[in-house]
Amino acid sequence: MYTLYYIAGIATIISFVSNKEKTIQGLKVGWKKFSKILGTYLKLLIILSFILLISDQFIINYLGGQAPFVGLILGLIIGSITMMPGFIAYPLAGILVSRGVNYMVVAAFITTLMLVGVATYPVEKEFFGIKATIWRNIAGFLISALIALATGILYGEVLI
Amino acid sequence: MDKTKNKNTTNYILFSLFTAFLLVSYIIDFELGERIGENFMIFARDMIAILPPAFVLIGLFDVWVSRETIENNFGNTSGFKKYIYAILLAATTVGGTFVAFPVANSLYHKGANYSSIFTYVTAASLVMIPMSIMEASILGIKFTAIRIGVSLPLVIISSIILGNFFSKIDYKIPQVD
Repeated sequence: MYTLYYIAGIATIISFVSNKEKTIQGLKVGWKKFSKILGTYLKLLIILSFILLISDQFIINYLGGQAPFVGLILGLIIGSITMMPGFIAYPLAGILVSRGVNYMVVAAFITTLMLVGVATYPVEKEFFGIKATIWRNIAGFLISALIALATGILYGEVLI
Repeated sequence: MDKTKNKNTTNYILFSLFTAFLLVSYIIDFELGERIGENFMIFARDMIAILPPAFVLIGLFDVWVSRETIENNFGNTSGFKKYIYAILLAATTVGGTFVAFPVANSLYHKGANYSSIFTYVTAASLVMIPMSIMEASILGIKFTAIRIGVSLPLVIISSIILGNFFSKIDYKIPQVD
């Protein structure tokens, strides 16, 4: 879990041995960027704490037992607005599959979960600006829909 | 500059109120508040584990990696190989989009072009190695193979389209430092 600390630690030591001034300057740059963005990350934490209230049961109820294309659309939407870490999302996806939910619907949910971040908008816009954030997320949504359709076709759930 | 400071202050105040709310929820046993608190811990642990060291690495990257290196590999003069590099970098980025956003921002300001950083950020949420392994073990290798196989060409194509569009309108990405 703290792998990144080891990597950063080793990198800092190597950097320090090679060039002390440069390292200090680098750490200052990192700190400046971090302190400037920290508030936005804290705001994101609050948003995410509320979003995760959308329970597993809710998602299972909504995505299960739908007609494939309704499930696809719902999967895309729920995946876009929610955000959850992988160790929650994948077991949930496993449950969905075991309940007979189409792979296409699961793919729609999982892919938008990763690719479209309505909740992470406040952070993304700080790094990309508003316009790029919006277009990137629209592209992500379309890509997710195509991936889900391809999954449906390759699993034989959708006939063409 | 002042605007960012004010915005940060607002966020700090909001965050203090939020933690106070969680604390009170635990004291008076307010169930909904406790559930929000549990969710908070899940994401907070994640961020504590990745953000501070990620920014140390971003800072070091900033002083050690020269502008030419980034321009040659991720810039306009670099051909198709920049997409390969962007995807490889994405696959090995630890921490997902929380880390990929600031890294992409730094890359851009070092001379990477739009299509490279779009490829990088999009791929970072799609092909992270640890996540993909977990996915394959639960949903099957076929599922993961389809997802990655179909997404990579789409990621590159959409990044080129978006990249051209943003260069044409002369879009500027905000500077974070």
